[in-house]
Amino acid sequence: MEVKTSSNSVRFDKQRCSFIVLIMFFSLPAVNAVWPMPQLISSSTDRYPLSPRQFIFQYASGSSAKSGCSVIDSAFKRYFPLIFVDYLKAGGPRQHDNWFRLPLNEGVFTVLVDVRKADCEGYPDPDSSESYKLSVSSGQASLRAKTVWGALRGLESFSQLVYQDDFGQYFVNKTEIDDFPRFKFRGLLLDTSRHYLPLPAILKTLDAMSYNKFNVFHWHIVDDPSFPYQSSTFPGLSSKGAFHPSTHVYSQTDVSRVISHARLRGIRVLPEFDSPGHTQSWGKGQPGLLTSCYKGSVPSGTFGPVNPAMSSSYQFISRLFKEVASVFPDPYIHLGGDEVDFTCWKSNPEVRGFMQKMGFGTDYTKLESYYMENIINLTKTLNKTSIVWQDVFDNHEKLCCSSLSVVEVWKGGCYLCEVRRVTKSGLRVILASPWYLDQPGPTHDWARYYTIWPLAFKGSEQQKSLVIGGEVCMWGEYVDATNLSPRLWPRASAAAERLWSDEKTTSSVTDAFPRLTDFRCRLLRRGIQAEPLFVGHCRHEYEGI
Amino acid sequence: PTASHSAANRPSYGSLWPLPQKVQMSTVVFKLSGASFQIVDAKESSSGASCSLLQNAYRRYFEYIFPSARKQGHVKKKTPASAVSELQVWITSADTECDGFPNVTSDESYACFSVVKDLFIMLGFLDDCYHCLICLLPGLETFSQLVYEGEYGAKSINRTEISDFPRFAHRGVLLDTSRHFLPIKVILANLEAMAWNKFNVFHWHIVDDPSFPYLSRTFPQLTFHPYTHVYTPSDVKMIIEFARLRGIRVVPEFDTPGHTQSWGKGQKDLLTPCYSGASPSGSFGPVNPILNTTYEFMSMFFKEVSTVFPDAYIHLGGDEVDFNCWKSNPDIQKFMEQQGFGTDYSKLESLYIQRILDIVSSTNKHYLIWQEVFDNGVKLKQDTVVNVWIGNKVEEELQKVTEAGFTTILSAPWYLDYISYGQDWQKYYLAEPLGFKGTDAQKKLVVGGEACLWGEYVDATNLTPRLWPRASAVAERLWSDKDVRDLNDAYSRLAQHRCRMVQRGIPAEPLFSGYCAYEYKGV
Repeated sequence: MEVKTSSNSVRFDKQRCSFIVLIMFFSLPAVNAVWPMPQLISSSTDRYPLSPRQFIFQYASGSSAKSGCSVIDSAFKRYFPLIFVDYLKAGGPRQHDNWFRLPLNEGVFTVLVDVRKADCEGYPDPDSSESYKLSVSSGQASLRAKTVWGALRGLESFSQLVYQDDFGQYFVNKTEIDDFPRFKFRGLLLDTSRHYLPLPAILKTLDAMSYNKFNVFHWHIVDDPSFPYQSSTFPGLSSKGAFHPSTHVYSQTDVSRVISHARLRGIRVLPEFDSPGHTQSWGKGQPGLLTSCYKGSVPSGTFGPVNPAMSSSYQFISRLFKEVASVFPDPYIHLGGDEVDFTCWKSNPEVRGFMQKMGFGTDYTKLESYYMENIINLTKTLNKTSIVWQDVFDNHEKLCCSSLSVVEVWKGGCYLCEVRRVTKSGLRVILASPWYLDQPGPTHDWARYYTIWPLAFKGSEQQKSLVIGGEVCMWGEYVDATNLSPRLWPRASAAAERLWSDEKTTSSVTDAFPRLTDFRCRLLRRGIQAEPLFVGHCRHEYEGI
Repeated sequence: PTASHSAANRPSYGSLWPLPQKVQMSTVVFKLSGASFQIVDAKESSSGASCSLLQNAYRRYFEYIFPSARKQGHVKKKTPASAVSELQVWITSADTECDGFPNVTSDESYACFSVVKDLFIMLGFLDDCYHCLICLLPGLETFSQLVYEGEYGAKSINRTEISDFPRFAHRGVLLDTSRHFLPIKVILANLEAMAWNKFNVFHWHIVDDPSFPYLSRTFPQLTFHPYTHVYTPSDVKMIIEFARLRGIRVVPEFDTPGHTQSWGKGQKDLLTPCYSGASPSGSFGPVNPILNTTYEFMSMFFKEVSTVFPDAYIHLGGDEVDFNCWKSNPDIQKFMEQQGFGTDYSKLESLYIQRILDIVSSTNKHYLIWQEVFDNGVKLKQDTVVNVWIGNKVEEELQKVTEAGFTTILSAPWYLDYISYGQDWQKYYLAEPLGFKGTDAQKKLVVGGEACLWGEYVDATNLTPRLWPRASAVAERLWSDKDVRDLNDAYSRLAQHRCRMVQRGIPAEPLFSGYCAYEYKGV
């Protein structure tokens, strides 16, 4: 536990006096070291020394997943240096290191992994089980899970149970964990349109997500400012709509690299192609797609949302989505649908004519509805489920429910009122409102993201079960690769625990503070640029600039 | 944006930051070739190859201008016409102290700076410029900012005349290495970025309540984490030299009598024992001002500090002294009585501070203090610099301090550790240090300002993007003319300046949606 010496930092802060006691408590062998907190964990002070030279991962004899299972094999490789953090630095296994080939003696510690269903080459999906059972005893840890995704969560927990004492010796305590997520959907949104995020920034975020047991990467890939997705059907979209046609784009190779990196960490990649608003960049490579705005009786030269009156618009979207549906394996697509400005539609005589023809009167929400229903149906024919921002539900409450399925609640104010309304209509909800991490508080605000109670609304059990999860949103107006990581972590970790853990055992900010302080040091040790919660230090500080 | 910003010369003019006092830029463009261009000493220059400060700076700026030149190798080739082959540096001053330190009177004017065909000349200008080497550094920075990538990637520069000087002499950045330890690497990288922004003072808030990372030769027991979280004498020396080569002064702050909890761990009896009723509570307050041992310790300590840090100034802090502990201590109560202070503990503070000021004066250093010391009526020497930091009634405070004839440095509008959503750089940019009511003589006493990045929530993980480019806004306010305050123009130049910082390897965060040709790669 790295947190021990930070008692120095909080010691003189009167308000935090109560933490001293806690920190001393937690600096005893890692009793509650796992973040997010497992559903059930019990551990004793019996501890076992671990040595990188006497440590192996193995498949249990009855396991369906066996050697050759890509997800688990690569996880073994990944977790070894995450468990033995000094090992590679210290000169690690070099080719002429003979000891590595020495036969393992009786003191070997084995992590036995038993996976019931060997879906090794598949993708995690919305119904994948992530539960696992972990039992650490003398010489052995046994990890049992229904799926490989559950096994990944268990390996993460195991890696967090291992700690070093002051001499650098590794230990793990006798521990029993029975764990599963509270919510199925635990997402993190990155916005690659307002600023381009280089691939390493995305991959690193996926790594950090897996340490926090997030399981959905919501890729807000395009928006007004730029269109970095390189479409094979419509290459003009990025060659004209990206900030730069060759340096600021995601090629098909890049996208598949993100998807496979995510898959190996049990993370779904949920693409968002937001329309009809937020599409300025689409218009550059697809002339005629956007509504031409008028000033009086002449086009003003500016453009509004996608033109819903033209059948060509739907043909275009249909072809684009056909590509998207095959590129992204996830069964969901996020269709956006937020913040549609009607001013431009109103100014355009063609659109007005269409309104009349359709009998919409002057109610432009009906036009928006018409557009959304069309593309939702089109998404259905591709066998994908659509997610939309709450605006679509709000504007079409009456006609909604035949076509809508998942609504993402993002607006501030009484967001639980909205959650209640949406679930009352029988629709599923993803909650984002309280977790807009791009808006920095004055400073010390992680607790704001922690003390969120997603089910604290009046509603039936049925309604509550429709809240499938939540996600943290890192919008990109003020964020790029220079500041993304410290702005995300460890604040997103606060949300991660809320979405994974039992609310009853994780309601106290005071209890969480020393655990999260410790966890952020662990993130740092793993190379994640996570910012400090407050005054103090980590044994190993961040080495970059 | 005025006419001079538009069209052909926009790429170059468009990225100058902070904006020079006078710029005349023509549309005539010269190219620079990485294979042949060089920065050389002019024949007539009074300083040359033996001056390592100069030669270091040439190399640094050559690499900024041609980031890939080192890989390609540098072969002197014949320069085609319409290309600039040389930047000649002409130091006119007879007295060039290559090994000297920048000081508070260093003249940073670099008036002449002109591109003529085939040749680029720049020179230290003023006859009475004793520190032309220092004045040269901002000049080189400006030169590097004039070079832009033209069409087809060619490095280009417009025919330009610049004369420039800073509006304020003291342009500082405060970093706090006590609340979080900052690795040397982080400090050096930010000194580098300070030079790009023409900051010239690193205010090193080196110790405070949470930790004492300064490894003292005289009192090594003050630091408690001997290997990983300390600044050894050689670390400090390296930082000072790195700063010197960039024309940056290092002003250390050793804040007393408050903010000293960490001092107490290694120095018994230095802090006041607080009492709970009639018995000591086990906790400690500010430095104990009634013991002779306190002043003996301080004398020895500041004697060391004055030799370690070459700058003429030391910041002595003096802020936020909490009197509760002093009040609780019976020995101090007795002392108050003897001195006839009644219950006015600011008199006790005064007594302490005056003794510290005397101690520091005897080491031949000048000092800065936080504004409370002045506010509390401590008798100050006339050469004391008052650092104004309290956020409300700033103008009133400036008025009072300058009326009393004290030189002052303003930090209040620039607490960059406070963050908010949106473009808060604008707020820092528009803050006007001389907006208070006062005579010209009073205004002259405001010698500059500082951007402060306190460390409660900041360490190596988030310091750099939190500091840049928000501190750049402060940099322009302190360097450029007071009428340079057009936000649109500033936005366009600053956005490019931040991309330049990113390209040079500093993770400066974005101002708003958009992109840099070369994004940050250091993930």
